[in-house]
Amino acid sequence: MDEVVIGLEVHVQLNKLRTKLFCSCPLNYHHSPPNTHVCPVCLGMPGAMPVINKEAVKAAIKVAIALNAEIQPFTVFDRKNYFYPDLPRGFQISQYDRPLALGGYVTIELDGEEKRIKLKRVHMEEDPGKLSYRGSITTAKYSLIDYNRSGAPLLEIVTEPVMNSPKEARLFLNKLRMILEYLDVFDGDLEGAMRVDANISLKGGGRVEVKNISSFKGVEKALSYEVMRQKNLLQRGRIVTRETRHFDEARNITVTLRSKEEEQDYRYFPEPDLVPILTEELVKEVEGTLPEMPEEKRERFKEQYGLGDNYAKVLILDVKMADYFEDVAKYVSPKLAASWIVDVLRGELNYRGWNFLKCREVLSPEEFARLMKYFEEERITEKGVVEVIRTKLDEGGDVEDIIKKKGLFAIPKEEIVRFCKEAIEENPKAVQDYLGGKKQALNFLVGQVMKKTRGRADPGETAKMLEELLA
Amino acid sequence: MVSVEEVYHTAELAKIEISGEEAEKFRKEFESILDYFNILDEVEEDVEPTFQVLPLRNVFREDKPGECLSQDEALKNATHKEEGYFKGPRVVE
Ligand SMILES: [Zn+2]
Repeated sequence: MDEVVIGLEVHVQLNKLRTKLFCSCPLNYHHSPPNTHVCPVCLGMPGAMPVINKEAVKAAIKVAIALNAEIQPFTVFDRKNYFYPDLPRGFQISQYDRPLALGGYVTIELDGEEKRIKLKRVHMEEDPGKLSYRGSITTAKYSLIDYNRSGAPLLEIVTEPVMNSPKEARLFLNKLRMILEYLDVFDGDLEGAMRVDANISLKGGGRVEVKNISSFKGVEKALSYEVMRQKNLLQRGRIVTRETRHFDEARNITVTLRSKEEEQDYRYFPEPDLVPILTEELVKEVEGTLPEMPEEKRERFKEQYGLGDNYAKVLILDVKMADYFEDVAKYVSPKLAASWIVDVLRGELNYRGWNFLKCREVLSPEEFARLMKYFEEERITEKGVVEVIRTKLDEGGDVEDIIKKKGLFAIPKEEIVRFCKEAIEENPKAVQDYLGGKKQALNFLVGQVMKKTRGRADPGETAKMLEELLA
Repeated sequence: MVSVEEVYHTAELAKIEISGEEAEKFRKEFESILDYFNILDEVEEDVEPTFQVLPLRNVFREDKPGECLSQDEALKNATHKEEGYFKGPRVVE
């Protein structure tokens, strides 16, 4: 056991902020033309001076508190020196020996048991720009650089080497994402929101670093590939050399990277253009603003809405879903709302690649609640509800209009009784057959009622009604 | 002691080329600089290190968007550019 050891360095963009870490360029650069969200500071022009975004520090403190880390009273930024085209200054402003926070942990549920993933540190740094290539990276003669991302606020969260499987690493990242989204400092759906470097070693082998895994799904794939590769080497009696590898997302493999600088080669030193931060006051400002966290929310959902553990557990996985649920539960039975959201709506959204924010725009909680109400009052069948949801998501429109247009409003009971009576009057032969013992004749009568209602009556109910009328 | 190899390595990290003569000159200079730092090591350990000579702390700005450069302005000084991008070397991985 425990023969695989994994540690992660997670880079998280604090992408809910409005501006970059050291300049006032707006962060909403996604989908913008290249080099349009830049200024002398984030382009690294001589003489341009960085100034720290206060909200970025507060957001970082929020995260550190939520991760149970120990916030340091005194923290400084440092220059990490290296040359790479995405780094306009020739150094990255990061933190080194005086990081924002030390220690901390994230609790995950692994095979039904809780496990604490211990953290080493949490520090702030700036994002580099983005490189791209015309055509293939291997044949392109040069790189294209977009500095829109340059200077975006990042948090680096470093774990201890305490995870023992790729699956565990995925669970950790899912939980981390959940916490960050609860804190409203992070949107994991945005491109480049989270990037991961992973350290992985097998018993008896050297430590391998896999750089730049740029998606949640990529982490488990990259690590699984590494476990397999290293196992194969060890089984054949070869050694696993200590090295840095790169995850090739397109091919799902890791490839060896030309050896990079050693830590000492970064020649860290305190950033002379920024002054140190004393965190005490900021921590006080932040403490009162911490939102309800997942575990607390789960308990409250159980207590306040009478939900079972299963539904509460799923609803809190995504704070956007939890909020949506609470808005719906204002109008209808919470249990009903929970089961429809978890069992149906979530899947329909997933299928379309949507999240609950997008859902809100198209199918508001109020509308969804109206639909639930019709279901509660038995004015629409289960099948009908699903059809309305699908139509609404794909084509839009008004819930009531869709129900009417598709003829999904269930027919009142009296009306069905009337149709049953009509069917009995109009089909004496079938009635006689039925009374004479031919049970199949009832199906014929049910069919007649279905025809009259254009399929809106429940066949089982109708059969019962006919039986009663003919008894 | 500083070796000539260390000087070359440092030059490489800084992406500058130096001659053999310069390497020897820098080697001696590096040594005298490091000697000087050794004096600092003699200071008693309970002295807090200085991270910043300015007497300031907590200098912040608000999270309010400001003016950016236009794409044309941003690229104006660049010799190598293409369709709104800066052009750089291909980074071999
Ligand atoms: Zn800027």
